[in-house]
Amino acid sequence: MKNKYTLITGRTKKQTDGLHKGACSPDHVNATSFVEIGPDDMAQLEITEGQIIKLLSSAGIVELPVQAGDLPVGLLFMPMGPTANKLVGAETFGTGMPSFKGLQVEVEIV
Amino acid sequence: MSQVFQNIVCKFCGCLCDDITIEVEDARIKKVKKACVSGRGYFLDYDPSDVKPMIDGQEVEWDEAIAAAVDILDRADSPLIYGLSSTSSEGQRKAAKLADRIGATIDSTSSVCHFPTSQAFQAVGEATCTLGEVKDRADLMVFWGCNPMIAHPRHFARYSANAKGMLTKNGRKDRTVVVVDVRPTKTSKLADHFLQIKPGTDYEVMTTLRALIHGKKIGKGVEGVDMQQVEQLADLMKSCRYGVTFFGMGLTMSPGRAYNIAELFTLVAELNKFTRFSAMPMRGHGNVAGADQVLAWLSGYPTAVSMACGVPKMGPGEFTSVDMLANKEADAALIIASNPAAHFPQAAVKHLKSIPSIHIAPAGECLPDIANVILPTACCGIDAPGTAYRMDNVPLRLQTVMPNIRPTDEEILSRIIKAVKQ
Repeated sequence: MKNKYTLITGRTKKQTDGLHKGACSPDHVNATSFVEIGPDDMAQLEITEGQIIKLLSSAGIVELPVQAGDLPVGLLFMPMGPTANKLVGAETFGTGMPSFKGLQVEVEIV
Repeated sequence: MSQVFQNIVCKFCGCLCDDITIEVEDARIKKVKKACVSGRGYFLDYDPSDVKPMIDGQEVEWDEAIAAAVDILDRADSPLIYGLSSTSSEGQRKAAKLADRIGATIDSTSSVCHFPTSQAFQAVGEATCTLGEVKDRADLMVFWGCNPMIAHPRHFARYSANAKGMLTKNGRKDRTVVVVDVRPTKTSKLADHFLQIKPGTDYEVMTTLRALIHGKKIGKGVEGVDMQQVEQLADLMKSCRYGVTFFGMGLTMSPGRAYNIAELFTLVAELNKFTRFSAMPMRGHGNVAGADQVLAWLSGYPTAVSMACGVPKMGPGEFTSVDMLANKEADAALIIASNPAAHFPQAAVKHLKSIPSIHIAPAGECLPDIANVILPTACCGIDAPGTAYRMDNVPLRLQTVMPNIRPTDEEILSRIIKAVKQ
């Protein structure tokens, strides 16, 4: 089953704290390798916290655990970092800025 | 025996808090006072040890490493110089000189944070202020698409919502705080008003606010947005004594990018017909604002500058690093004080890994998996002096708390400039 969502990436406390240990350090990678989903979408997808799901974008695919987040229906959140960047395409639409926010993704239950 | 240093500047984020107390013992930082959690980690995790440079993973002497770096740049037809946000403005100046000398493209981390802000500034101008004015005067603060409680933890306390200033002696009680965002955040939970909007509707909400402050009537409004709250925000903006809008990557990275910021700057400029109002980007890395400043002095442009034709040319989407790499336009890279491997899309990182590259950064932040030549330097603001620009473009002097064992970015870049072919 595939469902379409909008993904935004952003800072979290653990991601920020992990940065000074090195952006590719285990602390930073662990702090950036999950996806937050709102309660209504979790119920609709029939998934629980900690469950591994697959996110697919036009640029890539990642498998990662779910965390419950305070998010409206249709919106997913990931901490910015190497894992999220596997989903972010290099197209910048002439601006220099890739689509780190507002990225269209599909969720697949694995 | 320990030594205590006071009023040290923390270079972790764009707040550049300049009231930090550092205790040094046996050439290591042992205690940090007044900093946020991120700032404490930035100081306490710093290792100033003597670390040798590397070529392809093998330790070498400095002369050999610099010769290898020079060789990479001499052989390149289209070198890219990227990063700059965590080095000093003195180092940034040397990087710009090197770009000019070798005809490189030079681009800072701004290109993946607030370059859209610079493009908007070029298009419509910017009514702005310093954080000192905000602290002393602002009675309305609108945080739009930013989350300072996570990214800039002391911003509220030192400069904005909770700070006590000349005309805001009661701090938080003298201010109204509004957050506009697509989701509830730690910052929105501290606001007096939270306007939650649908992703991608920032531009429409700003245009609606522009119409409302000019007394125009709005029909249906913006889909998914509470129009009563928008009208309330328009009233607050017109009636405040001194307003300021802080904005972040919720605007610069979302669809619309520079157009979002240009609309915000236009709204703020128009608000000045009714009251005093300013806008300020929430800059991330310690001296990313300095990178914009230095490149603008020297080339006329804030970032994404090509020196290939002998005169500076700015090209968003062309000379920006993600495009240069993903389009395979760069055939060598010099990365300074930043980590594109963690922050760029995969396609750009893949090309970066395939071309000869050099990394200049404090030892613990070097990227041996990416770069052929690693030049581990001292850290400005800890064991190297320099200048950094706060998010409001106020320059601050970075003090040192210990002597440097490794060379500074500025010294290494000077040696490369002397040795490269023109």
